[in-house]
Amino acid sequence: MLLIHCPYCDETLPEPEFAYAGEAHIARPADPMALSDEEWRDFLFIRSNPRGNHFERWRHVNGCGRFFNAVRDTVSDKFAMTYRAGEPRPNLDALKEAAE
Amino acid sequence: MSQPFRIAGHGRVDHAQPVRFTFDGRTVEGRRGDTVASALLANGIHLMGRSFKYHRPRGVVSAGSEEPNALIGTSRGPGRFEPNTRATMQEVRQGLTAESQNKWPSLSFDVGAINDRLGRFIPAGFYYKTFKWPRSFWDKVYEPFIRQAAGLGKSPTEADPDHYASRHLHCDVLIVGGGPAGLAAALAAGQSGAETVLVDEQAEIGGTLLSEPGVRIEGQGAWDWLAAALAELRTMPNVRLMSRTTAIGYYHQNMVGLCERLTDHLDVLPEGAPRERLWRVRAGQVVLAQGAIEKPLVFDGNDRPGVMLAGAAQTFLHRFGVKVGNRVAVVTSHDSAWHGAFDLAHAGVKVAAIVDVRAEVPRVLTARAEALGIEVLTGHTVTGTTGRLRVATVRVNPVQGGRVGAGRTIACDALLMCGGWTPSLHLFSHTKGSLAWDAEAGAFLPDRKTEECEIAGAGRGLWGVAAALEDGARAGAAAAKAPGRVAGVGTFAVEGDRTGSGVVAKELPTDRDAGLAKAFIDFQNDVTAKDIRLAVREGMRSIEHVKRYTTNGMATDQGKLSNINGLMIAADALGKEAPAVGLTTFRPPYTPTTFGALANLRKGRHFEVTRRTAIDAWAEATGAVFEPVSLWRRAWYFPQAGEDMHKAVARECRAVRTAVGMFDASTLGKIEVMGPDAATFLERMYTNPWAKLQPGRCRYGLLLGEDGFIRDDGVIGRLAADKFHVTTTTGGAARVLNMMEDYLQTEWPDLDVWLTSTTEQWAVVALQGPNARKLLEPLVEGLDLSDDAFPHMAVVECTVAGFPARLFRVSFTGELGFEVNVPARHGRALWEALWQAGQAHGVVPYGTETMHVLRAEKGFIIVGQDTDGTVTPQDAGLGWAIGKAKTDFVGKRSLARPDIVAKGRKQLVGLLTEDPAVVLEEGAQIVADPNQPIPMTMIGHVTSSYWSEALGRSIAMALVEGGRDRMGEVLHIPMPGRTLRAKVTVPNFVDPDGQKLKV
Repeated sequence: MLLIHCPYCDETLPEPEFAYAGEAHIARPADPMALSDEEWRDFLFIRSNPRGNHFERWRHVNGCGRFFNAVRDTVSDKFAMTYRAGEPRPNLDALKEAAE
Repeated sequence: MSQPFRIAGHGRVDHAQPVRFTFDGRTVEGRRGDTVASALLANGIHLMGRSFKYHRPRGVVSAGSEEPNALIGTSRGPGRFEPNTRATMQEVRQGLTAESQNKWPSLSFDVGAINDRLGRFIPAGFYYKTFKWPRSFWDKVYEPFIRQAAGLGKSPTEADPDHYASRHLHCDVLIVGGGPAGLAAALAAGQSGAETVLVDEQAEIGGTLLSEPGVRIEGQGAWDWLAAALAELRTMPNVRLMSRTTAIGYYHQNMVGLCERLTDHLDVLPEGAPRERLWRVRAGQVVLAQGAIEKPLVFDGNDRPGVMLAGAAQTFLHRFGVKVGNRVAVVTSHDSAWHGAFDLAHAGVKVAAIVDVRAEVPRVLTARAEALGIEVLTGHTVTGTTGRLRVATVRVNPVQGGRVGAGRTIACDALLMCGGWTPSLHLFSHTKGSLAWDAEAGAFLPDRKTEECEIAGAGRGLWGVAAALEDGARAGAAAAKAPGRVAGVGTFAVEGDRTGSGVVAKELPTDRDAGLAKAFIDFQNDVTAKDIRLAVREGMRSIEHVKRYTTNGMATDQGKLSNINGLMIAADALGKEAPAVGLTTFRPPYTPTTFGALANLRKGRHFEVTRRTAIDAWAEATGAVFEPVSLWRRAWYFPQAGEDMHKAVARECRAVRTAVGMFDASTLGKIEVMGPDAATFLERMYTNPWAKLQPGRCRYGLLLGEDGFIRDDGVIGRLAADKFHVTTTTGGAARVLNMMEDYLQTEWPDLDVWLTSTTEQWAVVALQGPNARKLLEPLVEGLDLSDDAFPHMAVVECTVAGFPARLFRVSFTGELGFEVNVPARHGRALWEALWQAGQAHGVVPYGTETMHVLRAEKGFIIVGQDTDGTVTPQDAGLGWAIGKAKTDFVGKRSLARPDIVAKGRKQLVGLLTEDPAVVLEEGAQIVADPNQPIPMTMIGHVTSSYWSEALGRSIAMALVEGGRDRMGEVLHIPMPGRTLRAKVTVPNFVDPDGQKLKV
């Protein structure tokens, strides 16, 4: 069971309080009707599925109810960080340097 | 009983306390402190079970939780039977009933042992090769055979009357294993002040020290030092010692699952005591001090009862005061077995010979053996054993320059083997910690760590008590420092320590045909060395494939004894080094764990929540039959005396169509959508237009996913410019709220809207039928309910029967209908008031089945029944619910995708069977041509099907390819034994013009 830091509650809490919510930083297009079929398909279905760091969304569903973003390693399952929805995609290299 | 193999006064059992139990019906006496295995051995019983595949006689191999053979059924009365209990772990208790497994008719004479003679015809992969064709053999021959042969013990059939407890625990340092390394770690961590927990799976903490009484630590005998160490730990308020507690799994971020056995060892069950307790421990640091597990040697006949691990014999001797035989032989590739042999010799056991596969053995060992009068055979191999139900002789041969010389037999009643030691790193493997082959230790040792943990002692290849103590102290101090404490590293003066080394062997060399040898690797799954070689010959290259093809390591012991031997032989067959072949993965649980411990409190009524409405008790008192709908239980129908479901539903349907029915609709999901941008928000979420909906009106709302498929539906009422009362399906409430929150928080955070779940805040009573208004009118204060003043799809906040209410005029039946929402606490009172008032109007309560029939008669869909996640609004005939002028809503873009606008999609239609008495089965498949060859092309399926009391015939709805272009067409529904015919219609069977709503 993972421990997850909710960036709104600013507390590290057990996984059952949270729900996974798919890949992060996939914004709904402002005008979907302007998109080609291929562009809309990519928005709907195409995901990065990386081996390693994954930008993803979680919801503190049994807590404050907020959606937030996280960076999690899909190999080790470890969270590198969590951050609030709407904040820019963090620079992982900078993150790594900061850790070292 | 005599217990001829018990050494009086020896061991840690209480010789003054006899304990009687039965084994296969025979009374056996042991001592308090015995395991079933040690008590049976004390009585000279080695034969404890039959093997899985060949039904070979088997005896105990080990003295611990790794035991593969001595699996027994244990019982203490009805419902308290447990199969596959390891006899080496089950402590004796007065009245324990134990039985051997996998034998018929008896343990000593077993018919299934014919498999042993047929062994050459059932090699590895036998199932995959044999049970292939003819296809018709599957149901009647192959599957029954496999099912009969599968599994070892018999599952109990009665419900388990015991209960199981659960706890959470947080600590700084969790130490797994109570041997010298774990104890030293606990002392170091405990002395630093860290919150420390030490767990051990055995009844007694002490590990190796319990089997090594000759070692002296700090000038004390091992057992005195152990007692003092435990006493010191017990005085520390920050230390918790837990015996009979197995660490079953090591999960993310230092979460360790423990299973504590509380009552299986007790003579009398304390009233109300839980049988086991599952602990979820979150530790700052984990110290794994699990020691090492001894490996068997692989030679023909190494599975005969009486052949066991040398370390096990040492444990039975010192801990239980039991001799495993009167005349033992030893075969080893490691120094440790020599010490065990010396201990047995000192206890008066005749050691016939020590056979060592190594040509060179430390002189100190051979000299000691010779001094004790033990024959020493270095550079020798073992090539066979004899004895039907117990080993009688062992055949030994010299090996020189790779050549096996002539054999001779040595008589013995026990044969002790030692193939070296495997560090116990199962929990470490659970964390995906990697292992690296250490050629010097001849073992895989921990390499890269993924969790905050330390591995101490034999777990990382350090042999001997002194090394374990020193390393444990280091690990404990390091773990305690993490929470910011200062911990000293203790030092220990150890005398009489017995370190040693050995070599790693594959199968022992033989002068006989190796293809005929029954040299077992995995005792529990009956896998032999030649099975591994066969798997490699047949093309298995990965160790994972070899494992699955041979089933090596796939039994309940997860290959604790067999994995390394299997790997060594596979590596040899592949011509590779062991590390290049690699290891299979250990997974939780470490040892078999009861379902009771895992299910814990979640059983019976506590398996999941049962949600009940405010009106549920009335329905129960009225004799309703209930059905589960998501977590709710809902009144299904209200049978009267003598009525079956069909009759009750028919009566309820008639009453709604001709008079008035009452329905508890409280389970409908409800979401309050409020704020200046509430209408804009709904405009974007739902397909329908909302901006122009006037307060006081409501509208059917349809919710799609972004993929264009129907997710949910429900009536939405506008109570004020900035206040909407949204209803959802019963099962969809949480999902819809989650979806709304997602869009509101992450896509449109600029919108000023608040979402609140109000499902449980409102009780809802639906009144449906021509008399609904007459019933309701007198109870509504100051409100004109006439069709002109309060038309269909109107909503108002008012007072009903004295309660504040939200009153909707809506219909899910096609009849004049109202839904009264009152605060949940008034739900029962409202229901009873309406019930009283309704007596003059022929009111009946109706349940979900009648609701379903009535809505199907109108062609109203149930999301999830008539839709399945691939159905668009157009498919469902709900194109009218899409706001044509809207530029965007969730899912709109997808409705223009090529495959969504393509011809031939499945569309919702009505079906009328040719025989009006036949009610189709929901889920039945539909074909256009019943005479086409099998497999037929299926063009759709029945989604809803009922007896319509209003029409006096059956009705159905179905999703059919190009359905709306097939009106009037006859389709076919093949069923077992007959093919039904049905005509495609519009799915609106009763009052298609909706005249009944306009009253």
